[in-house]
Formats: sequence, structure tokens, C-alpha cells
Amino acid sequence: MSDFLLQTAFNASYAASYMALIAVGLVLIFGVMGVINFAHGELYMAGAYAVVFFYAGLGLPFIVAVAIGLVFVGCLGMLMELALFRPLRTNPLGGLIASIGFLLMLQTVAVLGFGLRNQNVPPVSQGRITVGGAFLTYERLYVILATVGLLLALWLFLRKSKFGWALRACAQDREAASLQGISINQTARYAMFIGAGLAGVAGALTAPLVAPTPYMGHTVIVTAFIIIIVGGIGSLEGAVLAAIIYAFVHTFVTTFFDGVIANIVGLLLMLAVLVVKPQGLFGVRERA
Amino acid sequence: MHERNTISGAGWIGILALAVVLLAVPHLVSFSQQELLVFLTINVLLVVSYRLLTLTGEWSLAHVVMMGVGAYGSALYSKLFGFPVPLAMLAGAVTAGLIATVLSFPLFRMKGFYFLIGSFAAGEVIRLIWKRFTDPFGGPKGIQRIPGFPEIDLGFLRVDFYQPENYYYFVLAVVLVSLWVLYRIERSRIGLTFHAIHWQDKLSESVGIDTFGHRMLAFVVASFFAGVAGALYAHYLSTVNPNQFNVDTMVYVLIWTIVGGTSRWYGPILGVIALTIIDEVILRGIGADQWRPLLYGAILICAILFLPNGLESLVIRAGEALRGRSASAVTGAAGAEQE
Repeated sequence: MSDFLLQTAFNASYAASYMALIAVGLVLIFGVMGVINFAHGELYMAGAYAVVFFYAGLGLPFIVAVAIGLVFVGCLGMLMELALFRPLRTNPLGGLIASIGFLLMLQTVAVLGFGLRNQNVPPVSQGRITVGGAFLTYERLYVILATVGLLLALWLFLRKSKFGWALRACAQDREAASLQGISINQTARYAMFIGAGLAGVAGALTAPLVAPTPYMGHTVIVTAFIIIIVGGIGSLEGAVLAAIIYAFVHTFVTTFFDGVIANIVGLLLMLAVLVVKPQGLFGVRERA
Repeated sequence: MHERNTISGAGWIGILALAVVLLAVPHLVSFSQQELLVFLTINVLLVVSYRLLTLTGEWSLAHVVMMGVGAYGSALYSKLFGFPVPLAMLAGAVTAGLIATVLSFPLFRMKGFYFLIGSFAAGEVIRLIWKRFTDPFGGPKGIQRIPGFPEIDLGFLRVDFYQPENYYYFVLAVVLVSLWVLYRIERSRIGLTFHAIHWQDKLSESVGIDTFGHRMLAFVVASFFAGVAGALYAHYLSTVNPNQFNVDTMVYVLIWTIVGGTSRWYGPILGVIALTIIDEVILRGIGADQWRPLLYGAILICAILFLPNGLESLVIRAGEALRGRSASAVTGAAGAEQE
């Protein structure tokens, strides 16, 4: 039984890791842009397809393919900022709607380019760590380690660098930041690059484990919404904590009941938070 | 906003022309287009009822699920409990209204984006319940062999509603009556209050308007008519399953509504008709079905960037331009109505 619990805990840690990457990106974009990016799940999908193309297709090393995925999806994010969110800055609902349009376009491009079928990505490593009767594959371990590294780097960047200060200033009060000589356009561009790039990295890292399809973003965006609502919509730390809580609840309910019940529990958790404490469990009044 | 309560001569001509078009159109198109016409008419009801909800300023993502409640309800009442189909349809729609009443209590504690996400979560829970519980909802496969609308046999006249042409006339009648009811609601005191809540909810509250009650009313009425649309849909297709009512379908309803515009009652109708025609002519015409989401996505982005008030704003502007040339004021009004 303890092996079984340990195994479920390993699975949950893996799920928490990549979900945290996605949710933190979504929160960062919301914090700086004031827009809920519905296409975030498709950015995750685009990252996975970068690995399908460069690693499984062209045979580049996995780490290179992941890096390309990060940069490629980050640039997609900057494109969204430039073409959609900047002209719609005065209209937050408009940005949300435009991101739905972008989502449909990305999905279609993936279908037209790669077909509807599940992509087969060769394993990166066959190794595993065994603890008692439970095991953790190296592939999943890489995802966990990469997440910890990236989130730590992001945290240092936001807290220590001058640019991180500018970013947080924009998230708190756009007008005031602009009066201090911070370029809103530039800050928005970088925030979109980082936010989208994190989703792309999550997709790229998990590609060998999930067999990508053009519609893989669907479940991911729902989960990401649950996490950012539970964590408090503007809070990066809240998103990480909520990702961990959600992943453990979801994995354990899936193991003891089934996946659909786990999804229902997750959605009810979000509804409960929305009704009882709309600012989220870890919500702070000021954003990011 | 001046209101003409009497319909001018030109207005009558416009209505008559519209009636002739609506009655003649099934005879002018192919069999598969007749089927499309049935769905288009049902979708018109879906988007117009959705617009009633948006009048209060809230955008729900549960509307298609409410349509599903009507469809599942009607299917189950007729199949399991042996209700006559017309009664089952009505009961299905009432069920959608009741579910909306219950959901109002948690959902209308939220506003704006939170309402959007909350309504999505509530709808998705309902959809997952259909998917998870095989008894009585049939699980992922849904419900099959739903009884069709009974045929009418008057001896000299037999009307078989399995024919898309005949079912179209039935759907058209139901939808027109529903549109008229929705139109009257919007023009009534209640409808004006919806507008007031949209633009000034704190002020409305301070002058004694029950904003919660009116939001709930808009949601319940919109869900009832979505349920009617769902019931019409279920007994025509004779099968319902959870995937028909997923968020993809909801995205299409959003696109139709936004591309059409929501400030006038005919805006969403313009959107759904224009996009269905584009869909049918361009995509099916050249056999590029796979490109559909790309096209819809591009249209949605273009609409929100370049035509934020929807297709209806073109009609309004055209109408104003025509009216500006004062001599042709009457034809201008007629032109706007025909659109």
C-alpha cells in the first residue's frame, strides 16, 4: 500500500510540474496584459509539435528540440501580443475572444501539417529510479527538474533584475509604470515571450510521454483555468501551490475512482473557490 | 432610440418578401442543404436566446450545455417515460430552465470573467455527468433511437416529419414564435431593465432594481429557449451524445454572435446566416472541410479587430446613409428590415 501511495505521489509530482509551468505562464500573461489567454493550451500543443518535428522528425538532440520549442512558442506569443493584444488593449474581453480565434487557427495548422493522429515520439531515456516498489522514469524526472529550474530562474528574474521590476510594476499599475518611463509595449512583448515560452517548454518536455495530437491543448487549458482560479488569478506563487494541490487531488481521485470523476471533482473545486473565495486560496489583492 | 409602433407599407412588403423567401427556400436547395437549413433554423434560435443573456452583460459558456439539457431531457422523457414527443420537448425545455434557476445561485455571485469561467465549469460538470453515468444518459455514446416527431395523418394530408422539408416548416414555426416572445421580452420593461443592469448595475441596484433576479430571469429564459432548440435538434437527429454539446460547439455560438453583433435583435441572426453560407459555399463547395476552424478563427479575429460591433453595424450604417438621403427614407427602412 505504501508503494502504491508513493507511486501515486510520484505521478502527481510529475503532473504538478508541467501544469505549474503552464499555469504560471498564463498568470504572467494575465498579470501584465490583463488578458486571459484561451490559446494557452494550443501554445502548449505547439511546443509538443516542435519536439515532434525537430526531435522525432529531424533527429536533433532532445534538449535542442526543447530549446527550439521554447523560442518558437515564445515568438508565437510575441506575435499574439503584436497582432491581437496590442490593438485590443482597451478591450480585455476582445483580447480573450481574439485568443479563441488564434486557438482555432493553431489547431487547424497542426491538423493540416501533421494530421489528426497521435504522434509517436521516441523515448528520450529508458532509465528509471526505483524506490521500494515505486518507480519514477528519468523522462518524468527531467520534467520535474526542468520545472524547478525554470521557475526558480523566473522567480530570480522577476525579483532581482531591473527588467523583472519593470514587469511587476506593469502588472501592478500600467499607467503608473508608464509614467516612470517603463515601456509598456516592450514589457508586454517580453511577458508574452516568457508566458508563451513556458507553455511551449511544458509541451516540449512532455511530448515523449503524451503522444501529441492537435487537440491536446483542450484538457490542458481547462486544468490551467482551474489552477489559476484556485490559486488566485494574479498570483504566481498561488499558481504553483494550486498546481501541486490540484495534481495531487486529481491523481489520487483518478487512481481510486476514475478520470471523469477526477475532472468533475476538479471543476467543482474551482466552482467552490469561485463562490466562496473568488480571489483564490492564495490570492493577494494586488496582482503578480 | 425612437420606436415605430406601426409598420409602414414598405415594412409590410419587406415582411411579405421575407415570408415568401422563408417558405420557398427548401424548394430551392438540394436535399443535404435542406438538412442544413433545419440546423440553421435551430441555430438561429440558439444565438438569439444567447443574445438575451448577453443583454445583462454576462457572457455564459454554458449555453450549449443548456441546449443539451433540453435535448437529453426531451429524449429521455419521450423514450423512457413514453411522453408524447411535443410534450417531451416542452418538458425538456422546462428542465433546462429549472437547471438554470438552480445554477443561478452560485453563478450570479460572479461577474465578468469569473462568470464566464464559472459557467463553463458548471456546464462541463453537467456534460461530464452525461458522459460518466451510462444509466440513464448512455455514457459517451449518448442516447440513440430517440422517437421522431409523430407524423400527422388527416386522411387527405399526411405530413411525415422525417422529411427535412416538412421538419423545416415545423422548426420554422416554433422558432418564429420563440423569436417573437424573445423580442417582446426585450421590448418590455424587463428587457429595458436588462440593458440598465448591463451598463449601470450599481446604479440600477441603488434605484431598487433586483439585479440578481433580473440576471437570473435572463439566464432562465435564455436557457429555456436553448432547451427548445436542443429538443428540436434531438428529435430530428434521433441521437444525442455528450460531444455534441462540448466547448467547441460553444465557440461556434460565440463566433456567430460576435461576428453578427449583439446590440440589435437581428445581429446574431446575420452572423449565423452569413457564416453558414460562407461555410457551405466556400468550404463544402471546394471540399476543404479541414480548413473550417482556420477560417472561423480568422473571421473571428478580423471581426474583433476591424468590425467590433459586428455585421449589424454595417446594416445600421447603410440604413442611416440611405435615410440621410431623405427622399428615400422609406426604402431605407425597408432595406434594413430585409437584410
